[in-house]
Amino acid sequence: MSYLGMTTRMVSFAGHGGASGEAYYAAPDAAQALGGIVLVHHMPGWDDWTQEAARKLAHFGFACIAPHLYFREGPGSPDDLAARARTKGGVADDQVMGDVKGCMDFLRAQARSNGKVAVMGFCSGGRHAYLAGCTLPGLDAVVDCWGGNVVVDDPADLTPARPVAPIDLTKHLAAPLIGVFGNDDQRPSPAQVDRTEQTLKQLGKAYEFHRYDGAGHGFFAAERPGYRAEQATDAWRKVCAFLDKTIGPRARAS
Amino acid sequence: MCSYITERVALSGSAKGGTDWRRVDAAHVYFDHPFDAPLDHALGLDILSEADGGRERIALELSAESARALAQAILAALARGEAEHGAQASADQASIPHY
Repeated sequence: MSYLGMTTRMVSFAGHGGASGEAYYAAPDAAQALGGIVLVHHMPGWDDWTQEAARKLAHFGFACIAPHLYFREGPGSPDDLAARARTKGGVADDQVMGDVKGCMDFLRAQARSNGKVAVMGFCSGGRHAYLAGCTLPGLDAVVDCWGGNVVVDDPADLTPARPVAPIDLTKHLAAPLIGVFGNDDQRPSPAQVDRTEQTLKQLGKAYEFHRYDGAGHGFFAAERPGYRAEQATDAWRKVCAFLDKTIGPRARAS
Repeated sequence: MCSYITERVALSGSAKGGTDWRRVDAAHVYFDHPFDAPLDHALGLDILSEADGGRERIALELSAESARALAQAILAALARGEAEHGAQASADQASIPHY
């Protein structure tokens, strides 16, 4: 058994409202048909970590597209475009969902696609992933990594751009969901994760939650102090196994 | 979590990024995951000219501790500077012609 090679490239996708968006695409160099993942970046932008996570998913045997949700603010560097989007209060949910849909179509249009697509996100991207699972038809799996504001305790947090608490749409969730959370996180807090899990359970949804002691928010990011090697390694394995089951089988080196 | 909360303050002055000085008129301040700094959260400070469209910024990402130290240093420098130069500064202000 050897390793999978991979190819990465910049691609265009048909975004919300017909706009042509920019995305990072990573896929293993394998003959097998590939399940695809739309990877949604967090509020601070389309950063190095996002591309690294896309490559990790390709290393695991899946095709991954990571769209730049702030491309409409361009031209400019990703960090500057994130600053412009932040000044406007972030991007609207319906625009993000339109962009995710465009990326789903992109993945299914690839010659090696197996037709199965997941959405995955971290932090605000985790919330977007949950929201996509509840609003976009055609998803085969949802990966929510510590999505904040899935549960909204303060109505003031609902805005014209983000008018809904995704938990209130859970009845529409049609795909299996995996959630990964640190028990030291406060957004989402353990109590909020409890409520999300209770809602999923009551509605009979297919889900699995993995909650880690000794970990806070964003504990996958190896270049940050909050990185937790043991918990992150275990959680990546669980995410990979979940994706293998839902959008796989994953490509493997021969 | 990712925060959408941004504080804005009007500025009056100039800033230098690279080789050139420019007029600046606003700062956006927030505390969130940084784009570059190897921190879980950072104080983000974008200094820009909204009058020129606000598209170019001079950016900082600072640890919370160093951001507080910077804020205190700004206040301390102002207090000491104004104590030493206050009389002259007042005279300078008074001498600005008004048309």
